[in-house]
Amino acid sequence: MDIEFSEINKSFGQVHANADISLKIPGGEIFGILGENGAGKSTLMKVLSGYINPDSGEISLGGEVSHISSPADAIGYGIGMLHQDPLDFPPMQVIENFVLGQKGRMILTYKERIKEFQTFQNKFGFSLDPRAYVESLTVGERQQLEILRLLWLGVRVLILDEPTTGISAQQKDKLFRALQLLAGEGKTIIFVSHKLEDVESLCDEVVVLRKGRKVGKVSPPYKTDQLIEMMFGKQITLLTPEPAVKERVTLELKDLVVEKYPLRIEDVNLQLKAGEVVGLSGMEGSGQDILLRACVGLLRPVAGQVIINGKDLSHKTYLEFMQNKVSYLPASRMEEGLVPGISIAEHFTLTGNTDRKLFIDKEQFRQKTQEKIDEYHVIGRPETPVESLSGGNQQRVALSLLKESLNILLLEHPTRGLDIESAIYMWEKLKERCKKETSIIFISADLEEILRYSDRVLVFFSGYVSKPLDSRHTSLEQLGQLIGGKGWEDELVAKESYEPSK
Amino acid sequence: MTGDMILLGLAGVIEAGAPIVIAAIGETLTERAGVINLSLNGTIILSGMVGFWAALETGSIALGFLAGMVVGAFVAAIVAFSSITLKQSQVAVGFVLAVMCKDLAYFLGNPIMGAQAPILYAAPVPFLSEIPIIGTLIFKQSIMTYISIILIIFAWFWVSKTRQGLILRGVGEKPAAAFNRGTNVVSTRYLYTIIGGALVGAAGPFYTLSVKAGWKGTITGLDGIGWIVLALTIFGGWEPFRVAFGAYFFAFLQWLGLVLQSTLIFIPSQVLQVAPFPLMILALLLVNLGNTDWVERFLATLPEKSRTRVKKLIRATRSQPPAALGTPFERD
Repeated sequence: MDIEFSEINKSFGQVHANADISLKIPGGEIFGILGENGAGKSTLMKVLSGYINPDSGEISLGGEVSHISSPADAIGYGIGMLHQDPLDFPPMQVIENFVLGQKGRMILTYKERIKEFQTFQNKFGFSLDPRAYVESLTVGERQQLEILRLLWLGVRVLILDEPTTGISAQQKDKLFRALQLLAGEGKTIIFVSHKLEDVESLCDEVVVLRKGRKVGKVSPPYKTDQLIEMMFGKQITLLTPEPAVKERVTLELKDLVVEKYPLRIEDVNLQLKAGEVVGLSGMEGSGQDILLRACVGLLRPVAGQVIINGKDLSHKTYLEFMQNKVSYLPASRMEEGLVPGISIAEHFTLTGNTDRKLFIDKEQFRQKTQEKIDEYHVIGRPETPVESLSGGNQQRVALSLLKESLNILLLEHPTRGLDIESAIYMWEKLKERCKKETSIIFISADLEEILRYSDRVLVFFSGYVSKPLDSRHTSLEQLGQLIGGKGWEDELVAKESYEPSK
Repeated sequence: MTGDMILLGLAGVIEAGAPIVIAAIGETLTERAGVINLSLNGTIILSGMVGFWAALETGSIALGFLAGMVVGAFVAAIVAFSSITLKQSQVAVGFVLAVMCKDLAYFLGNPIMGAQAPILYAAPVPFLSEIPIIGTLIFKQSIMTYISIILIIFAWFWVSKTRQGLILRGVGEKPAAAFNRGTNVVSTRYLYTIIGGALVGAAGPFYTLSVKAGWKGTITGLDGIGWIVLALTIFGGWEPFRVAFGAYFFAFLQWLGLVLQSTLIFIPSQVLQVAPFPLMILALLLVNLGNTDWVERFLATLPEKSRTRVKKLIRATRSQPPAALGTPFERD
């Protein structure tokens, strides 16, 4: 089914998310939509899937003007969308998620539905447990579930919004194979991404959006430089930074045991040096976040010690870690990192009001905020509420809020969902801190990021932790295998009881 | 105290718990859709007064209940309109309505104070009421008590076994996702708020025409029940059976207070009358204990075996609210 957008416009307040976008997507292709954060990709796709109604413009399907004003209409036309934040129900079971939205008899017979589900998912090589709760699934598995659900509803056009964010390399391969299979069956796949390598390896054709406008359409063979220039309007190069490791030990983990149901990590030993960057790699939910939280007192260790600058802080609270200049930047920016509803300046007031005066010197904080905004290139003003910033700018604000001199900085997915430019900028700023002897531990699902920016790597696999690996002597393939649970024999000489399950 | 007396007492507990069950199931359905109807306390008193008056005028108990349900549905519709359509705070609107409906009931109900309206009597079920113990306990009750028991089973079945129930849960959990699957979130929320309100409205006449028959203005004894119902909905983890259990437990505590008055004469009677309320709070606290940080920290220090056992126990009592409870749904 050919899809044709003509002159789609959509504004959110001051922001022109889509400006006169006209675009033709031929049926049976894997069609890429590329652009940086806030380029208007998601908005355009939400218009097609009926989730958002455009201010003006129309969409033709197979040559006829369509009337899509809700997701139900779109499904009726055979259009389904996999949203960036999975629109599923975490406390419900997989099978309930699958059934919700289907038409049928009033009384549900799950036994039959499960049988249908099983045969259907086998076709795509997925292996989800229909009785598992969705909150226990990884992001990749939740995507698989959503794709299965949409296909079961008879979708002929499948839109995927940033599907490779937060999933493992193996899951990505699985996803791409499934998409190619679907395209082979004549289904139209629209693949929305800001990741060049994904688009380049998968798409038959790519259109680039920038600041709500269409920049152009490109066919293979793709030239990376050309795509980057179209996305950002300028050239960008990646640099591998110099290590800044000193001899002084800032953080020491001694035989640490931490537990958070259902995972348990045992006997972690690590000596983090000043200025060093250690990357924590592994599939989501393999225990990285548990270890990180134990390093800031957000999770109490069952046994072992956490020593910061020679001081044993094992059973102390987050506050005491903070007083010892340990800082933590969580993955969920809007839930744990920033306070929605208050402005950037008010964030600086909250964190910077150290002399504890009763009245706030607003003008002083405004100036300080403006300085930080200029320094970190945040697109926004001191009085802008944080929730109206784009993801990249929110992350910049979160970073600028951290104290100047820190001993240890712990980061969860520091560049998740950021475009290349923002990610590079983020790391530039972090490496500046390393030069000032701040040590960094970070979690990332992006293996290249792990290898490029860390000095040493810890690999996690279902609660098992490898010994620290030197990132200069570790290849991408090696890392990928370890994450998938292969090649652990050498890493776990000490643990004889361990048997790789997969 | 003889066994027969205890049995009769427990049958009384089931009767006294019945209106609480009906109201709590109604509120459970409403909250499952993501709307908090905080007006309950006022709604029950107002519907009790109106239901009593309607039965007094028409001589029909059925019309009395119908009038109460209409009042409940109407108040709920105000909550729905202001929170779903106008996107105002559900708490503020509900709270104002709770206070207003109560005072309105006392003010408007003045002319019928102390009047004699028809009373809903027990209607024993033939044969079944002959069964020892269970017959006395369950099958010698009024029609509304039977309905309340059927309602528990029906609500459970609806929520967990039907397609519509699945949609209801979805709307309360993540309205954006439900909308994405073709559900009309607004109309679903309206529907369950109004149905839930109607059930709450049935509890009022249940009191004034049966359980605490009569309308005596401020001393009718309905004040406070609505708040208990709200607490029970949370205590029951939004699960019909657990909610119903909580309702019976509360009625049991009240009965116990009455019984103990005669034996524990050294305790002032006021203490025993009030005791069920703090006990309910205690129960609520226990249920939510597992969610707290310091309990997790404490558990981490326990030896392995007992830890897993305690954790399992806490997990079983833990209740999770519908994620979108109390929040309006915005499409973009």
